[in-house]
Amino acid sequence: MIAYLFRRILYTIPILIGVNVITFVLFFMVNTPDDMARMQLGQKHVTANEIRQWKMEKGYDKPLFYNADKNGFEKITDTLFYIKSTDLFLFRFGQSDQGRNINHDIFQRMWPSLAIAVPTLMIGLAVNITLALLIALFRGSMFDRTTMMTCVAMMSISGLFYIIGGQFLFSKLLKLVPISGYNPGWNAYKFLILPVLIGVIGGIGAGTRWYRTIMIEEIHKDYVKTARAKGLSEFTVLFKHVLKNAMLPILTGVVVIIPTLFMGSLIMESFFSIPGLGSYTIDAIGQQDFNIVRVMVFLGTVFYIGGLILTDISYVLVDPRVKLE
Amino acid sequence: MKKIIFNAFLVCTQMFFCVSAFSQWNNPHDGNPIQNTLYSTFQSPPKTLDPARAYTTDASGIIAQIYEPPLQYQFFARPYALEPLTLTQMPVIKTVKKNGKVLYTIYTLTLKPGIYYQPHPAFAKNSLENILAARQLSDLKKTGSRELIAEDYAYEIKRLASPTVHSPIFGIMSQYIVGLSDLEKILEKDYLKQRSSGISHPFLDLRRYTLSGVTVLNRYQYQIKLNGEYPQFNYWLAMPFFAPIPWEADQFYATPQFKRYNITLDWYPIGTGPYFLSENNPNDEMVLAKNPNFRGEKFHTVDNKNLAEKLMPFIDKAVFDLEKENIPRWNKFLQGYYDNSGISNDNFNEVIQLDKQGHPTLTSIMQKKGVRLQTEVVPTIYYLGFNMLDDVVGGNDNKHQKLRQAIAIAISYETYIHLFMNDRGIPAQGPIPPGIFGYQAGKKYIDPYVFDWNSQTQQPQRKSLEIAKKLLAEAGYPNGINPKTHHPLMLNYDIASGSSPDDAMQLNWMRQQFAKLGIDLVIRQTDYNRYQDKLRTSSAQLFSLGWVADYPDPENFLFLFSSNNSIVKFGGENATNYSNATFDHLFNQMKNMPNTLERFNIIQSMIGLLQQDTPCAFGFYPISFVLTQQWMDPLKPNAVANNTLKYANLHPSLRAQLQAAWNQPVLWPIGLMLIILALIFLPLFLMYYQRENKPAVKRDLKNKAEDHS
Repeated sequence: MIAYLFRRILYTIPILIGVNVITFVLFFMVNTPDDMARMQLGQKHVTANEIRQWKMEKGYDKPLFYNADKNGFEKITDTLFYIKSTDLFLFRFGQSDQGRNINHDIFQRMWPSLAIAVPTLMIGLAVNITLALLIALFRGSMFDRTTMMTCVAMMSISGLFYIIGGQFLFSKLLKLVPISGYNPGWNAYKFLILPVLIGVIGGIGAGTRWYRTIMIEEIHKDYVKTARAKGLSEFTVLFKHVLKNAMLPILTGVVVIIPTLFMGSLIMESFFSIPGLGSYTIDAIGQQDFNIVRVMVFLGTVFYIGGLILTDISYVLVDPRVKLE
Repeated sequence: MKKIIFNAFLVCTQMFFCVSAFSQWNNPHDGNPIQNTLYSTFQSPPKTLDPARAYTTDASGIIAQIYEPPLQYQFFARPYALEPLTLTQMPVIKTVKKNGKVLYTIYTLTLKPGIYYQPHPAFAKNSLENILAARQLSDLKKTGSRELIAEDYAYEIKRLASPTVHSPIFGIMSQYIVGLSDLEKILEKDYLKQRSSGISHPFLDLRRYTLSGVTVLNRYQYQIKLNGEYPQFNYWLAMPFFAPIPWEADQFYATPQFKRYNITLDWYPIGTGPYFLSENNPNDEMVLAKNPNFRGEKFHTVDNKNLAEKLMPFIDKAVFDLEKENIPRWNKFLQGYYDNSGISNDNFNEVIQLDKQGHPTLTSIMQKKGVRLQTEVVPTIYYLGFNMLDDVVGGNDNKHQKLRQAIAIAISYETYIHLFMNDRGIPAQGPIPPGIFGYQAGKKYIDPYVFDWNSQTQQPQRKSLEIAKKLLAEAGYPNGINPKTHHPLMLNYDIASGSSPDDAMQLNWMRQQFAKLGIDLVIRQTDYNRYQDKLRTSSAQLFSLGWVADYPDPENFLFLFSSNNSIVKFGGENATNYSNATFDHLFNQMKNMPNTLERFNIIQSMIGLLQQDTPCAFGFYPISFVLTQQWMDPLKPNAVANNTLKYANLHPSLRAQLQAAWNQPVLWPIGLMLIILALIFLPLFLMYYQRENKPAVKRDLKNKAEDHS
């Protein structure tokens, strides 16, 4: 397994280089360093000299990929791509175009993102699995049919509706929680209740249907018949034996998204004024802050690959029959 | 044991309901509700709080409370007028002439003694250990202060030329402040020298550099020397660009350790104003607290007898929350958690109704809440521009003029204001908005090429479409048909992509305005950078732009049409590339004049030229609508000054009372929901219980007993 993991980690490097190149090319196809300078300097009274100075200070005065004016290796190393990319792979993200330290900003902003994402995932998982098991317990009944119809309806509704509806119902009409906002530390709980609740409710439709399918598949296996024959109650059969075996596909589906929880949810963070990484990325795109955009794309790729590797490891841990070679 | 647990549960439940009866669960603010704190919002994080760079509304709203330039606007004066802020009197202005021509203008500024900076670690010696451990400014516990001196103002002016600052006003100021261009070259040279020696963030100690146009005469006096005459310079002296910066702060923030944690002048201002920034998280919340070292300033008012001649500021703290979306911001205002708010288009009908005279008033819902409405014309002009260098729409000859006049008549900005702005605007007759010298309303001052005077309503009335069509025919496009192609005239309208849901409707509306004349309008929507590129390279034919005044002087609007400011030739703000020698001559004549009748008449002549040549169809001047809660003392709106927080006053106990009344939690739906869930799960439980206890095989016991016997 160690060799397998080592090989997977090595594969990551060319993937990250490729993603970096594509991000770079796409970004500078749409934006020029002059455009970025104007965006940062403001639109009034900006002169060509100020743009030149800004580009020089930020390093955007260099050629993108190839510097014909230099000799030898410097043709490649004295370019915007090389200079901006080398520190990236060492996780030294430098400063944004506004002069803020990106490492520090990411460290500050990831906690609010996690504060919403982790409870939403855990509670959502518990609710969806419990509901799925209950539905499996009463499969074929009116309850089963009604809940399936409700799940389809809930899946069809846009997430934005849940947010606006939830804010209207719980904050404006019932006045139970603040509409939006955030406080660091333990005081954050009252601001997280509503976004977590909406995240859980919004995910019930798809999650419950998916987990129900897994449970129903497990129910028809021989060990379940054996358990029933031994006289175990249906509740015990489902919640103890079926659930354990159904955890394999559930776990692999969950583990892969754990790293991406850091990246935050843009819409949630915007509507609830949560200063997380989702809004950090979108603000950077709007302000054409290339440094932040490439860092977030890089991190997103690293997290995604990390999630896939964790999934492979979790397979081995959960199912002893699986070997990584 | 069970009894103890049960009793504990009862107590907790009782406490829960008791607490909920008196608390506001939806209160987003911490702390004592009866504190003298203003709660407001900002929509986007400011890019910087450095006074030499900050130029956006969000940033100005914060730094104007902290930094004190030499002058400020008289709060109640209309037309807008300046007064000393940190000076003992208005700057003494002397001109140096040669052969009747003004060579230099020298401003002598004298500071009031006894003005002190906010407590700041830059004025104290913090240990190296504390500096290395600091993650935000408040981690450095040792603070100090010192008196404001003239050298601090001179230091900031030098910063405008620094290559590390990138001040947006350097371009303009380098034309006027003697020696500023030269200083910039020297600073850039030293900067590059430090960079090439391996220093990634060079620090330039500006005390070592001389700026020939700024002289510090003594501790409290300094002089600024300008090339030629520039009366509008006084307005710049009221902006944070000319606020003081102590050299200690510049050196303090240059510490490499601090850059890692964003402890820089961009995010931690240092000023002598009534407030200082006690908490700074531009992605969440910014808090201004009263500066304990503020000298106090008397409130000269006749409107509020309780506060007249009292020392400002009245509010202890101001909390600004980042709210990007309209819905949460608006709802929190209705709940009383924000003390003021704008009105978005979505909520407009909920808030505003028109009275019989057509004036906006509050709806009964808002009146019941005691909300107040304040309106003020913003010194801004929006217009549709014609590229005067274009072959089809440009040119100063009669035919092209008539084409532009026809289009200007056809675009009904009154309808635009009604449809897309909820009537929050005034159709423009010229480039100068109300409140600025040179603007006048009335029959004599309408645009005679686009409007007629309606003697019944005593208002301007747009000329009829027939007149527009006649003009179009005289321009060589009868019924909008291009005689060369025999098809409708096709014009290109360049516009930057917006994010409003109304954008598509507005573009359709614009297309319809041209269709009234039989002209095909091709809409070319691009991102903002491409749009700016098109203006700079003369690729745009028609476009829409707006201009927000830097200062309340007609020069700041009329310069938009001066040929020396052509965007194509000189990279200036004249986006239409309008060029008229008579206009330029009049502009040079009026720009340095004081506000006299002679200046007014020259301005009217210039406006007349613009109306005739029609380099743009003047659109509208927007009106800002601001709502304030009843616990805020009424205050006259001021569209120009930004340092207005010190004048604000509120009544926290009234606010706490009304917040509690408006925000009692409603709990019965929770109970109802629990009952519904119980009603759903109870039958399921019964079904399960029956199923589990049902025998596997049904036996006929009676028959079985007979069989055995």
